[in-house]
Amino acid sequence: MSRAFSSEVGSGSREENAPKQESGAPFRSDRNGKGSRALWILAVMLSHWRRHPMQLATLLIGLISATALWSGVQALNQQARNAYDRAAATFGGSRTAMLVGKDSATFPQKLFVDLRRAGWPVSPTLEGRVQIDGRIYRLLGVEPVTLPSEVGTAPAIGKAGLQSFISPPGEMLVAPETLHDLALTEGARPQTNGVTLPPLRVQPELAPGVLVVDIGIAQAILKMPDQVSRLLVGKFKGPHATLESVAGDRLRLVEPSAETDLERLTDSFHLNLTAFGLLSFFVGLFIVNSAIGLAFEQRLPMLRTLRACGVSARMLNTVLVIELVSIAIVAGLIGLVCGYFIAAALLPNVAASLRGLYGAQIPGELSLKPVWWLAGIAISILGALAAAAASLAKAIRMPVLTSAQPQAWRQAQRRWLMMQSAAAIAVFAVAAGLIRFGDSLLAGFAVLAALMLGAALILPMILEIALSLGERIARRPVGIWFWADGRQQLSGLSLALMALLLALAVNVGVGTMVNSFSRTFLVWLDGRLAADVYINAASDAQATKIKAWLRERPEVEAILPGGRADTQFGGAPIEVLGLPDHATYRDNWPLLESSANAWVRLRPGDTCFVSEQLSRRMKLGLGDRIEVPAPGGTWPLEIVGIYADYGNPKGQIAVNFAALTRHFPQVPMTRIGLRVAPGKIAPLIAALQQTFGLDDRNVADQATMKAESKRIFNRTFSVTAALNAFTLGVAGVALLTSLLTLANSRLPQLAPLWAIGLTRRRLAALELLKTMAVALITALFALPLGLLVAWCLLVIVNVKAFGWRLPFHVFPLQLIELLAVALVAALCAAALPVARLARMQPASLIKIFVNER
Amino acid sequence: MSASRPITRRAFAGGALALALGGRSFAQGFAGLGEAADGFAQVTPGRQFVFPADHGPHPEFRIEWWYVTANLVDAAGAAYGAQWTLFRQAMTSGVRVEGWANQQVWMGHAAVTSAATHHVAETFARGGVGQADVIATPFQAWIDAWQLRGLDGFDAQTVAPLELKAAANDFSYALQLKADRPLVLQGDHGYSRKSDRGQASYYYSQPFFTVSGTITIDGKPIGVTGHAWMDREWSSQPLAPDQTGWDWLSLHLPGDEKLMLYRLRQKDGRENLFGNWITPDSRSTEIAAPGNSITPTVTTEIAGRKLPTSWRVTLPERGLAIETTPLNPKSWMGTSFPYWEGPIRFSGSHSGIGYLEMTGY
Amino acid sequence: MLRVTGLTKSYRTTSENVAVLRGVDLVVANGESVALSGESGSGKSTLLHLIAGLDAADSGEIRLADTLVSGLGDAGRAELRRDRLGLVFQQFNLIPSLTVADNLVFQSRIAGRHDATWHDELVERLGLQSLLKRYPEQLSGGQQQRVAIGRALAPKPLLLLADEPTGNLDEDTADEVLALARDLVARTGCGFLMVTHSVRLAATLDRQVTLHAGVIA
Repeated sequence: MSRAFSSEVGSGSREENAPKQESGAPFRSDRNGKGSRALWILAVMLSHWRRHPMQLATLLIGLISATALWSGVQALNQQARNAYDRAAATFGGSRTAMLVGKDSATFPQKLFVDLRRAGWPVSPTLEGRVQIDGRIYRLLGVEPVTLPSEVGTAPAIGKAGLQSFISPPGEMLVAPETLHDLALTEGARPQTNGVTLPPLRVQPELAPGVLVVDIGIAQAILKMPDQVSRLLVGKFKGPHATLESVAGDRLRLVEPSAETDLERLTDSFHLNLTAFGLLSFFVGLFIVNSAIGLAFEQRLPMLRTLRACGVSARMLNTVLVIELVSIAIVAGLIGLVCGYFIAAALLPNVAASLRGLYGAQIPGELSLKPVWWLAGIAISILGALAAAAASLAKAIRMPVLTSAQPQAWRQAQRRWLMMQSAAAIAVFAVAAGLIRFGDSLLAGFAVLAALMLGAALILPMILEIALSLGERIARRPVGIWFWADGRQQLSGLSLALMALLLALAVNVGVGTMVNSFSRTFLVWLDGRLAADVYINAASDAQATKIKAWLRERPEVEAILPGGRADTQFGGAPIEVLGLPDHATYRDNWPLLESSANAWVRLRPGDTCFVSEQLSRRMKLGLGDRIEVPAPGGTWPLEIVGIYADYGNPKGQIAVNFAALTRHFPQVPMTRIGLRVAPGKIAPLIAALQQTFGLDDRNVADQATMKAESKRIFNRTFSVTAALNAFTLGVAGVALLTSLLTLANSRLPQLAPLWAIGLTRRRLAALELLKTMAVALITALFALPLGLLVAWCLLVIVNVKAFGWRLPFHVFPLQLIELLAVALVAALCAAALPVARLARMQPASLIKIFVNER
Repeated sequence: MSASRPITRRAFAGGALALALGGRSFAQGFAGLGEAADGFAQVTPGRQFVFPADHGPHPEFRIEWWYVTANLVDAAGAAYGAQWTLFRQAMTSGVRVEGWANQQVWMGHAAVTSAATHHVAETFARGGVGQADVIATPFQAWIDAWQLRGLDGFDAQTVAPLELKAAANDFSYALQLKADRPLVLQGDHGYSRKSDRGQASYYYSQPFFTVSGTITIDGKPIGVTGHAWMDREWSSQPLAPDQTGWDWLSLHLPGDEKLMLYRLRQKDGRENLFGNWITPDSRSTEIAAPGNSITPTVTTEIAGRKLPTSWRVTLPERGLAIETTPLNPKSWMGTSFPYWEGPIRFSGSHSGIGYLEMTGY
Repeated sequence: MLRVTGLTKSYRTTSENVAVLRGVDLVVANGESVALSGESGSGKSTLLHLIAGLDAADSGEIRLADTLVSGLGDAGRAELRRDRLGLVFQQFNLIPSLTVADNLVFQSRIAGRHDATWHDELVERLGLQSLLKRYPEQLSGGQQQRVAIGRALAPKPLLLLADEPTGNLDEDTADEVLALARDLVARTGCGFLMVTHSVRLAATLDRQVTLHAGVIA
């Protein structure tokens, strides 16, 4: 049979195609190997995209937007986490085991010596706050000689450094950002409340906002001789006595936790970001799924031909995966670049939010690790594979021969609807269970996720019911066709509609939450900022002078001293706020709950108000008694009121100002509020600034303070709003691509109608109307879902994440607006395919009859 | 930040660790030592020692140590060594300040050696708050849970009886030290010359301790007895800048005679040998004859360095010619400033036990 | 060259087993062209598909040259189609996103058997010179089938299998296309097995066999 290839008739050149016949591999003929064959097949596959650039664009847009939003959010999270790590690495954040006072107050350093002499590898730290130039900084005193070497990336001080750090005047280590903040250079010596601080030295590993000095110097600055806040526990290097035998019950061991305090606090914020990133990612994958689905459907004949021409199933599947992965890599790279820009654009707002909400300092310069890029590409590939899974499975199972058995679509669709609805009901049951039994932030988000997933799953059934209702009501044949055809389209459109539903529901939910918060916050702010002018003096001495000067001014109706002390309660730092006994506060200060005569009862100094966050965290109610550690001993207080303290990461209690100064004699008296006769505010501020050299940071009127607070507030939610808009945009693209996908496959359904006399224009109008109807039903379903989402956010997520519960308001105008946006999005998405239909050449419609198999 | 870098005993005396560490840490850490002792007191000949006051710290001098080495045997006759050291270093001169502003940084070393094992631990402390200090009366020296303490009946002239304690993860010891002979001034009546350019320290010893107690190695307690030697030394500027290392021997000779001997090595290869011969009645005589020599015979490689762990010692004027061998050639002190220190035995014209310390390798 | 012995194949429907082929014996010699006819549902296409390795027989043997086709797995059958068979279908089955030129060379390229001289001859004889840059959708049925024949013959297969190749063409075009196919088959010297229900077209081939009740009559 060797004659077969050498065709004595043909002029075939032997060198090109005459194979050496090998035993056992009779027709193994190719000189070019599997690789080049795969390339040929790949080229054939890719030729499809060349002929359908719109499909390729859709696929790329889906993958790019999924990767971009996901990795953008990840970049923000990573940036923040790096900053937290930096803060945690500052001399034993929560990453180090430590000993703290039983009542969380400071304790004598003799306990440190006793423990060392009993074999405990402990190192003392003292923490407090200092005010420099009107700004508050965290002052941390450390003891470098005993500091455990495993305490994070503690700055290394050489021998010479050690000497200058601990020997007078010592050194104050700060992050470069802090130096910039202070507007000082290395070696400068800032002042706090009349005390000259050690010369500044930059230590890049430090977190911003922290000043690190030797413990001895810290004790002097904070006027807490021989006092220690915490003992960091290093690795044990030998036998040691029990803690009780040395310190009795005065100290408590706090085990290290892998999570930093900031991470715990900001969890909710990042969870929020991640949830949005994930949502956008899935919406993007919806697009990818529909684009790939269409491409596979259209390429099935091609794949069969390839098989018939001798491409093995394995080779075909391999090439399909290679094609997909290549596209995913390209899209992933573009998506990463977009993600970088999204992150860079959002970073200032994220940083501002985190600073405002949690006091976390995030550098404004985006710095990304290589792993971020790799993860982005990986997520793009995985996403593409997941979105293509169904299509790939179909291709793998594809028989070479067409089994031309048209599926009874109606029956298949019914089965599909039933299964999805059953799944939806199961998911709703899980959500109900979580509401009933869940008690964590994660459970809150799980409820949200379950609600959305369930709603998405049940959406096709709702549409089916609505459309069959329409079909039953319709009288005229075209009307009946209109509804019936809509039902048939459902399975093709449902993914896009689910995406639209989720995007809309999240928009309604987040919008309602932000608006509810905004309304509540503004009312609250009016009550909280009751004084007309706020002054923050540089030192107690200056404050005294300012007060004396103010007393001479007739337009000043009241001088309201204010003060704030730091202490600890329930193992966490809290603030103690001093409120002067004055009508300004009694009349305006908003209380959520209070006992009778609460303000009168506050006067003697044995009662307090607690912030809502603190009352929720510690489960405190009116009438409860608490003990607050104070320098003069514990201070027993009865709770007579609970007030909202939005945006404060720390728990807070409010007491009578005079009582505060009695129990916390060291409290700086630099904060002053003023009631001023109307119309005299501006001149008074000008005079104050001129007389005492105060700047805008140190003296402000009520309007400025409010504007500032609102600005911070608005920034807090600007990221959420931006991501919200992105998500809606991606959902719009998903709808568009699904409709484009459907438009091609719908010609066979439309051609007969055209043949029986409907004009193309009429057909196009019907198509448009149908799309809008389906979108409208989806949007109407999204509204109650969105309100449910808002309710979850306000009642479950916010309470767990921030510690406050906001009243639930519905904003009908906002809902109508969103409805309109949804319809406009659907209109835009439907316009292109419909316009194409309206302009379609009759020949293309005729061809349908010819080509229909 | 825990990287405080105080000094080992003879590290400063030899300037040796400068080379051992590639010259970096030492040069950074102790750049001041070779320079004029700004503001610190100077070591001069003819000082009158006063006890018990001189058992306590001398903060007017930059550097000081309390140093105990013990040669021990268990009931079965197996040999062990124990070491306990407390170093003091002042960052600045001046009147002692209490609290964190105190000028002193303290470092403790402890070690236990057997023929097969050598365990080491170190710790650091700031002065002024009580984590580490030395008090002359009642005598007590401590850092963390390690301490050297005078017991009831403490005699300032014999520095005895004492209790010595240290503990780490893999070893500990608790020893009682007794002596009935007075302590001994080294060098010239306590003035110990380190170079021919004026570097010197004040130096006295108690070489006559007898010891009993318990050492614990890897959780196993061992009852031991033996001999111990305490060194006390302080100075402000004991080193010449070109001195690179130091080999120091303390030997318990037959008939309760003692020999302290050290060789200072110089960059240019020259060396100076100093020492004191101590008779049972605590009389101490400087040995300074030109024929005296100590010569390495065996070198051992430890921690990437070559160290001479066996020596030939010849003092013709005293009729002494011995060879020393270490109990454990791997007695390496892998502390922040590493060196070699461990028990030895010797034979020849005399035989007995002692301690060897070597720096600058 | 092609030897089919005792081939059986049945399909399972929801209610019963339908035996389509009940022991088919068929031989196609080198350079021989054979027309396979039979009424609708007689199993002509099934037989062709089995020979092409697109489907597996229940029992019996298919031998192509020295290869036992019925004993090959999927990869082996794919290799067989790629390197030794040419397939032409009623639906043309061109790849819509490739130009005529690319469709023509496609199979010979993946088989690694591209022969430029033979390719040029094919183009010329099939009269495709002016159509090379067009896409299949821009061609008439006859033109598309000419491209399909060119694609199938480009790797110089041992055997050309055609399943109603003219079924979608009008009579004149069918005659013209078939004439071209016969001519080219003769040029390559390969065997030719064509399924057709047209007696007229069948008569133009060397030999005619009829499939009836699952066996060759």
